[in-house]
Amino acid sequence: MPEVLKAPLVVEFPFTRSLGPVQSAFLTGLRERVVLGVRTRDGRTLVPPVEYDPVTAEELGDLVEVAPTGTVTTWAWNHDPRRGQPLDTPFAWVLVRLDGADTALLHALDAPGPEAVRTGMRVRVRWAAERTGAITDIACFEPYTGATPPLTGHDGHFDDAVTGIVAHARLDYTYSPGRAQTAYIDALRGRRTVGERCPACRKVYVPPRGACPTCGLATSEQVEVGPRGTVTTFCIVNIKAKNLDIEVPYVYAHIALDGADLALHGRIGGIPYDQVRMGLRVEPVWAEGARHPDHYRPTGEPDADYDTYRELL
Amino acid sequence: MTRDIAVVAFAQTDHRRTSEDLSEVEMLMPVLHEVLDRTGLKTADIGFTCSGSSDYLAGRAFSFTLALDGVGAWPPISESHVETDGAWALYEAWTKLLTGEADTALVYSYGKSSPGSVRDVLTRQLDPYYLAPLWPDSVALAALQAQALIDAGHTDEPALAAFAARSREAARDNPHAQLRGPVPHGDHLVRPLRTGDCPPIGDGAAAVILAAGERARTLCPRPAWIRGVDHRIEAHGLGVRDLTDSPSTRLAAERAGAFERPVDTAELHAPFTAQEVVLRRALRLDDTVCVNPSGGALAANPIMAAGLIRIGEAAARIHRGESDRALAHATSGPCLQQNLVAVLEGDPR
Ligand SMILES: [Zn+2]
Repeated sequence: MPEVLKAPLVVEFPFTRSLGPVQSAFLTGLRERVVLGVRTRDGRTLVPPVEYDPVTAEELGDLVEVAPTGTVTTWAWNHDPRRGQPLDTPFAWVLVRLDGADTALLHALDAPGPEAVRTGMRVRVRWAAERTGAITDIACFEPYTGATPPLTGHDGHFDDAVTGIVAHARLDYTYSPGRAQTAYIDALRGRRTVGERCPACRKVYVPPRGACPTCGLATSEQVEVGPRGTVTTFCIVNIKAKNLDIEVPYVYAHIALDGADLALHGRIGGIPYDQVRMGLRVEPVWAEGARHPDHYRPTGEPDADYDTYRELL
Repeated sequence: MTRDIAVVAFAQTDHRRTSEDLSEVEMLMPVLHEVLDRTGLKTADIGFTCSGSSDYLAGRAFSFTLALDGVGAWPPISESHVETDGAWALYEAWTKLLTGEADTALVYSYGKSSPGSVRDVLTRQLDPYYLAPLWPDSVALAALQAQALIDAGHTDEPALAAFAARSREAARDNPHAQLRGPVPHGDHLVRPLRTGDCPPIGDGAAAVILAAGERARTLCPRPAWIRGVDHRIEAHGLGVRDLTDSPSTRLAAERAGAFERPVDTAELHAPFTAQEVVLRRALRLDDTVCVNPSGGALAANPIMAAGLIRIGEAAARIHRGESDRALAHATSGPCLQQNLVAVLEGDPR
């Protein structure tokens, strides 16, 4: 078996999220170096604040200031920080119950080593130099042995509150298409198209995915199909896609390659868009160095009889 | 309407660090065929199909649709999917059978962790406002829970090492397990957790077949009757919860009937050693109960399948006559956030 193909795959997205009144107040507060919690009806103060009481599900909105100092309730020493984490030097993950709060906030603690960290130790917020209204406005916590500083007296109302955050996310993968699709892509390199035949229903699937979707059986018998085929159905594209260098209108079609029992898609060229029709016989056109056909063009043969492709629509 | 519903067959892959030579459906298909062969059913005979997997492991949207090729989804079948562990797919299939709309169900789940970095991938299931921007990885969060347990005096590092050793020793008899026999307890990954306290990262799949009433008896000599299933969730905020306890597991177990009579076997989905401490307490398991005879998630933890495997392993022990009443537990989310408990019984002997 040839080695399976592999390629890097990066999934990256700036998630734009809106904030409700409670999260908006909390994150705006961080921007202004003020930590806010939310008070529940039974008098607990939740930090970080949430919009609904996790016990009673009651809607919450009574914001109260808590101190930027607190106590570690549990911790874990992270000697090998990963991408995106708050510090790039070894640090402790900590849950911190800020003074005035009844719940704990997760963040990083900058400490020289695990010997310097313990549950119950006193810490304070180290503010980020640039603050935008995000949890990362807290750069980290740091050990602190002083007194609890006085509160600023903030009531949680801001004139220019942040109303949203943009959360960047990136995950790195090594994509492998598996055995069947590797064989398909390898064959394309030689400008051949291969499918796989189901051992039960004998249908040939292109591109092959290693299974017959009708029988649920593994397919492994390779079958070369095409290169010619028949347009089974098509549509006329009138809107130009971003970054796509094709003049509109153009035709996008389902093409049943000769010998295949499943139509694949491709663009039709070499013929005016309004003359493309079901049954049109086409062949692939390869661009120099391309890894798949650029488009399909008419072969000049007579059209295929409807009955020869009706099962492939 | 009350119907008795049983797990009548179970199959799983060999769990491996990587199965990059196979697509998801290529990895899954032998397991689907094996579980069907055990009952003599064909895909066309199945009344309901439900699967569990995650797009974030695959790095692709709607990735489960490709796996559907493996069950022969044409002509159209009655099918559903959960974007979590297959144990929850089993719960959906069980309720479907309870309604009487189907008599048999195929439940499968799979996960390939090898294409990405699963510690980073799992951060994307966290609260997107307060947690995800800090990228706290799954090992770090489990380590916070472990330290909380140590501080509370519920365990210590040698005790955790003993859990790991016992699990991997038990896995000697499990040909599918990824880690078997003595495994070095290793260095700290995130202190207090060492590599030995953490599950192996791997790829794998599992499938079970459920059947109702007399149908179950015709498909399996000793069906594993599902006496109850329940699942519960705890507060999203980690700092709101008591990480040393799992009230959601306790409540799910109570509602599933786990405390009505003792169980002889418990398959617990505890990917990290310290989580077994929490679960044993929540489920009131003492030393008379055989815990994780399969080796559990410390021996093989294919994400999205490991919970379903707990139910499958518990059922298989009943099928083989090694258990009469077994508990199976599945978890999802950080620090045992979501918990499902199923109680299975064999016919009296
Ligand atoms: Zn077939």
